[in-house]
Amino acid sequence: MTWETLKDALAGEGYVASNDLAMALHIAMSLGRPLLLEGAAGVGKTEIARTLAAVEGTELIRLQCYEGLDASQAIYEWNYQRQLLAIRAAAEDGQSGRSVEQRLFSEEFLLERPLLQAIRRDTPPVLLIDEIDRADEEFEAYLLEVLSDFQISIPELGTIKAKSRPIVILTANGTRDLSDALRRRCMYAYVDYPSRETELAILASRCPGIEAHLGRQIVSFVQSVRKEELEKVPGVAEMLDFAAALAGLGINDLTEDPTALEASLSTLLKTQADRDNLPIEVAQRIAGKAA
Amino acid sequence: MSKVTRFASRDPGISARVSGFMAHLRENGFHLGVSETDTALNALSHVSCGDPAQSRLALKSVCAGCADDVARFDELFDSFWMNEGRVRQKIMQTEQTSSPKHTRSSREDKEAQSGAAGKTHSPESDDGDGESYSEGTGKLIASSVKNLMKKDLRELVSPEDIREAEQVAIRLGRALRDRRSRRRRAARKGAQIDFRRTIRRSLATGGEPLSLAKRHRPDRPVRITALCDVSGSMMNYARPFLAFLAGLMRADSDADAYLFHTRLVRITEALRDDDPLRALNRITLLADGFGGGSKIGGNLDQFSKSYARRFVDGRSVVIILSDGYDSEAPEVLDAALARIRKRGCKIIWLNPLKGWDGYEPVAKGMAAALPHLDLFAASNTLADLAKLETELARL
Repeated sequence: MTWETLKDALAGEGYVASNDLAMALHIAMSLGRPLLLEGAAGVGKTEIARTLAAVEGTELIRLQCYEGLDASQAIYEWNYQRQLLAIRAAAEDGQSGRSVEQRLFSEEFLLERPLLQAIRRDTPPVLLIDEIDRADEEFEAYLLEVLSDFQISIPELGTIKAKSRPIVILTANGTRDLSDALRRRCMYAYVDYPSRETELAILASRCPGIEAHLGRQIVSFVQSVRKEELEKVPGVAEMLDFAAALAGLGINDLTEDPTALEASLSTLLKTQADRDNLPIEVAQRIAGKAA
Repeated sequence: MSKVTRFASRDPGISARVSGFMAHLRENGFHLGVSETDTALNALSHVSCGDPAQSRLALKSVCAGCADDVARFDELFDSFWMNEGRVRQKIMQTEQTSSPKHTRSSREDKEAQSGAAGKTHSPESDDGDGESYSEGTGKLIASSVKNLMKKDLRELVSPEDIREAEQVAIRLGRALRDRRSRRRRAARKGAQIDFRRTIRRSLATGGEPLSLAKRHRPDRPVRITALCDVSGSMMNYARPFLAFLAGLMRADSDADAYLFHTRLVRITEALRDDDPLRALNRITLLADGFGGGSKIGGNLDQFSKSYARRFVDGRSVVIILSDGYDSEAPEVLDAALARIRKRGCKIIWLNPLKGWDGYEPVAKGMAAALPHLDLFAASNTLADLAKLETELARL
């Protein structure tokens, strides 16, 4: 598969990728390296993994990172409740301690978490490690080990080697600076807000019901709103919500109904400060220019 | 301009050129090792590398590691592969015509670029003594670095100062412990039961969990972000503060430091230099405009919108070292501090003037800042900074 066919395949599933992104994805998949995606919230970083899984026809395994994420949530955990019950049952049956221990720490009582799941699949899945910068440094360091060796050691069971190498996609919002070691191990692409043409294509493929004239207005409007001084700049997802809201209200032209425009703005502006920054008069003026 | 670079005929081939390109990137501040060269060559084998557009994209995904790198990559790529490299010594300050419009370029066409007027390739015109007069070493450069020296920091700070400051910084760092880690560690005492270890132990007692293993939340160090005002009015106090920053950087690998006067400069990387004196030398190079006017509000505003988004979070303590004499409207400072505060961090303002008898924070900027501060304290010397330890522990 060349990078152009990959790009077309993604577009076929409704994801319009930039050249940068398509190439980075192609290289990462060809070399079997993880791909690190950075960019503002709402530019479609998570979505690319979902689409890729659809293109490749495999499963998407997602690990959402958060502060305090540890091995028991990311890799594996023993099923303690069942273990306790099994110990009790074994005591009644009078089994020897050794055989009980053998049984307790077997696959039967192992709960697989995303990282372990990902390396034990027969067909390589897409592993999405979402918002890696929210996890703390300890987890990042551990992840490095998993991503380079693709093996996980469980003291009670031994080392589990990957049956197949998953396609790994990491995303980051810039909450925290990632370590150089992690950056070096990954291919990198910066996902920016889409250009006008790309955004039109996205809108057309996601909301085919919206007519071309309104579509152009929506995209111009959102692109201008992004240039305003906002705390939370609306992403692609917000643009799609905005379009859906307008379509739901039965609007054909952005300038025709200020009340409807004001109501739909709540899909784009998500904080009180941003609502104040962009009063309806300003919104109407932008909409007028976009028309 | 966009002709493909012609390499000498004795050039040994693609791998040598790619490693040459890697060296070129490294000289321009990319963090790349030998393995990246290998990866780059590998990556090129997966695209048709005769096509500059494809090679550009492929190399970009391998070599760039952060958004800044991505932004600079195109320029560096052009300078190496597209014959746009300029050799420093040879540049004369002459009028250059703008580049022809219809040249082939493998750059992604962005509206912003194609919509705007073509860029002219003249040496920086705003500062007369830019790169054109400097006696460079003749390496390829893609962008100019302003290095107007006004004050040499080495005259201000000695290595002994730094060593002393390091001690102070270590102590302050210890005082500033956050007690809110969400991760849990095995411990003798703790609020939560460690099931894994409890079950393991219970096997010895026939399945009865007699001894309960516990987990607790460990202490976490906070991240210190220091912003030092080096405008004219602060020159007398620059010495202890700069030493403190240098010490802080050496003591705490998570700390972050900035200087500001009329501009904001991040000096973290420079201060991490292994050699303390060379570190100061590097800041001197960065600190163009040292001792100039002060725009506290504007700089903090810029900080809150750029670096703070990446580096300041709920575990940060932002230390501002400034006298609060701002040449801008206090509203700017007010809004900027509010925005920084919103990231969940603590803000400490150390003002050298507060040490004076009868000082009142009447400077408009200082008055505007007060409501946002967690601690407002005096500091003239390293000793004063050291005394802050107890107050910081209370935060």
